[in-house]
Amino acid sequence: MTKILKRIYAGLILLFLYLPMFTLIVLSFNASKSRAKWGGFTFNWYQKLFHDRVMMQVLLTTLMIALISSVVACIIGTIAALAMDRMKVFTRNTLMGVTNIPMLNADIVTGISLMLLFLFFRFKFGFTTILLSHITFNIPYVILSVMPRIKKMNPSNYEAALDLGATPIYAFFKVVLPDIWPGVLSGFLMAFTMSLDDFIITHFTKGAGVDTLSTKIYAQVKKGISPEMYALSTLIFISVLVLLILINTLPSGNKDGKKEAKKA
Amino acid sequence: MKSNKYIKLLSAPYIIWAVAFIIIPLVMVFYYGLTDKDGAFTFANVLNISRPEHFKSLYLALILALISTVICMLLAYPLALILSGMKTKNDHLIVFIFILPMWMNFLLRTMAWQTLLENDGVINNVLSFLHLPTLHIINTPAAIVFGMIYNFLPFMILPLYNVISKIDVNVLNAARDLGANPVQTLTRIILPLSVPGIISGITMVFVPSLTTFVVSEMLGGSKILLIGNVIEQEFTQNSNWNLGSGLSIVLMVFIIISMVVTSIYDKEGEGNAL
Amino acid sequence: MKKSLLRTLTAVMTATVLTVPVLLTGCTKKNEQVVYVYNWGEYIDPEVLDSFTAETGIKVIYDEFETNEVMYPKVEAGAATYDVICPSDYMIQKMIENDLLAELNYANIPNIKYIGKQYLDSSEEFDPGNKYSVPYCWGTVGILYNKTMVDEPIDSWSVLWDEKYKGEILMQNSVRDAFMVALKLDGHSMNTLDDAELEQAKEKLIEQKPLVQAYVVDQVRDKMIGNEAAIGVIYSGEAIYTQRENPDLEYVIPKEGTNVWIDSWVIPKNAQNKENAEAFINYMCKPEIALKNFDFITYSTPNEAARELIEEEDIRNSEIAFPDLTKYSNLETYHYLGAEGDTKYADLWKTVKSE
Repeated sequence: MTKILKRIYAGLILLFLYLPMFTLIVLSFNASKSRAKWGGFTFNWYQKLFHDRVMMQVLLTTLMIALISSVVACIIGTIAALAMDRMKVFTRNTLMGVTNIPMLNADIVTGISLMLLFLFFRFKFGFTTILLSHITFNIPYVILSVMPRIKKMNPSNYEAALDLGATPIYAFFKVVLPDIWPGVLSGFLMAFTMSLDDFIITHFTKGAGVDTLSTKIYAQVKKGISPEMYALSTLIFISVLVLLILINTLPSGNKDGKKEAKKA
Repeated sequence: MKSNKYIKLLSAPYIIWAVAFIIIPLVMVFYYGLTDKDGAFTFANVLNISRPEHFKSLYLALILALISTVICMLLAYPLALILSGMKTKNDHLIVFIFILPMWMNFLLRTMAWQTLLENDGVINNVLSFLHLPTLHIINTPAAIVFGMIYNFLPFMILPLYNVISKIDVNVLNAARDLGANPVQTLTRIILPLSVPGIISGITMVFVPSLTTFVVSEMLGGSKILLIGNVIEQEFTQNSNWNLGSGLSIVLMVFIIISMVVTSIYDKEGEGNAL
Repeated sequence: MKKSLLRTLTAVMTATVLTVPVLLTGCTKKNEQVVYVYNWGEYIDPEVLDSFTAETGIKVIYDEFETNEVMYPKVEAGAATYDVICPSDYMIQKMIENDLLAELNYANIPNIKYIGKQYLDSSEEFDPGNKYSVPYCWGTVGILYNKTMVDEPIDSWSVLWDEKYKGEILMQNSVRDAFMVALKLDGHSMNTLDDAELEQAKEKLIEQKPLVQAYVVDQVRDKMIGNEAAIGVIYSGEAIYTQRENPDLEYVIPKEGTNVWIDSWVIPKNAQNKENAEAFINYMCKPEIALKNFDFITYSTPNEAARELIEEEDIRNSEIAFPDLTKYSNLETYHYLGAEGDTKYADLWKTVKSE
């Protein structure tokens, strides 16, 4: 009995979280342009989507920014985490405190502060300013997911490799990196997701003619969303979902990667 | 390790980055917030929070953020208990399920609620079909709280789940063997052990709720001004960076308070695993 | 060996971090001809942009803004450099006074000859000598209402204060338009700086707030089409479009008078492709292009030649699209009220919104 109640409770919360998704998916097949009216079933918006240069450009920009910013954040963050592990407690705590700022500070303040910086140094607002901002708020996610891995790592492995004649670089790639890789991976996933979902910081740091999905949607919300946007979001959502199901059902997955995903 | 010194040097790129893109930008906010249009030092922008409009927007934001944090907590805690009790083999799947919605854009999700909650929206159509009273909450503070809960609930679920699922089963068994009933186990064992998760969940819901301007704009019909909206408009419409920065400083005071609270309770940094 | 390697690694990493931004800035610079356009939402036929590129080889990078007030800080701060923008009258005046606009070279805009003289004359009010702006659209602000939800004929702004329509009213989410409605209803000028008059307008707007469903700009259109509201304050250009989609809708210019506005193309001083911008403006003045835009956005065009090309006679002579302004009294155009005036209005608007 309690088991059923528990399932119902969990099911209700899931329904709450996924109801908007279903709404958007349904809207992507709505022949009427207005979201208030159901005008029959259509695949029209999907067809239009692929011929819409602007939408494709926006998608490309969004993915590029998410990808580049998370890769760069992974590189800088992982190396920083390795270095921080060796630091004196005070230095490390100070640096960790700074690292926590973009995570705990309000997005609106982070966005404004970066905007003021870029204005002051006369950056040209555009792809670069968005990218720099995204790297900035992504690094903490990487550091925080790599850190615990490094703490668990046995330093003697690295020492042993060096004693056996490995160069530090070789030892890093052969010993250290495989050990912390799951942490890096989950940091990357987290960073990618955050970058994809960010609106507020992009809103303040974007320039003329550059839009990510978020800022495009924000502009469209004001004048009426084009149903192609629903179609695009549905495609993104479905592909992630399929990917997820594949990872979970294929028995021969990368075990380590899977285990780590929960850290995310 | 022998190469300690040089490994430490590896943090140089990040330190440079952090100074350039975290510290200096914040210094700029303080600079603009504490000067007037001619660059003279002043507290006027910060003190402007006492203007009735600003104070009201801050007060309202605090109340709404508080309500949504409490509701998130009440919703998420039982769920985290249930999920960690499931002992499923796929426990990473659970986390994915709660992160997955983030792949559909935050603004679209919020807009979907607009479609659902509208006076002539989906939910009301269903309700009137069932001959139930209809819901009129769109463009009210209730709708904003709703949107906040919806958007930030996963940030509460995940840290709680992380902490609770890590509690050693032996501890729980020991408690039961020593005669504790389920309620006692919950209040004396699980609750104290999950404090880091609770604290981290609270900050992760409270701060974005307190500072949002998007949720209030989209679900409040621009009828309700929260402190986030005021700051956003000072920058994007009134070109008053000084006032906007000054009010941001006030906002940061509240964030710093929650950061301090977090670091007191969360020395291990586990809760931040999200 | 160890040390030097680590040192090299550090150096390489640091260098990478520092050069990434530089590299990326370099990458985005291309040699093709572009023009950055900043326009109102849904305010052009997208096909026109394509045909412009096809004809001139200039690529259009297109952005949209929601209100004049949102557009201004972006241009002022120089964060985004646009080449051609389409603000309204009073905002053009503000930009001229704050030295943000570049003088147009009419040698590159011969098609200005298609623009009706009366529109250039009325532009003199905010742009003396027509040095900075070329009219694109014009219109009035009025009330759009749904005949099935409102059973009496509407002719006054006062309907927006009628308790009967609580929750069915959509107000404009822009400071000047909102205050215009209240000021006009009280019989004051929409350009007033008189404290007592503004205070009265503020009180009126606060009194109205509980009746308002939402403050919106472009969304008025979709919400009215979708029967989400009964009455909305809207720009005249939306009237024809909304009536096409929902025949129950009716547009009126209230008897207390309203705002007559002109949105015109201007080129900001920091534009980087001024000649392309002039080519763009010139193209927009072509009669067949202006007609295409009119068909798509249904905002009144000041392009006389384009109006002649309109096939349907009822639209060409439509009272909504091309009203005879002499029939209305109390019509006014917004003026720029100076930095202090702007602050005054913005502060009062904030008070209304925070109630």
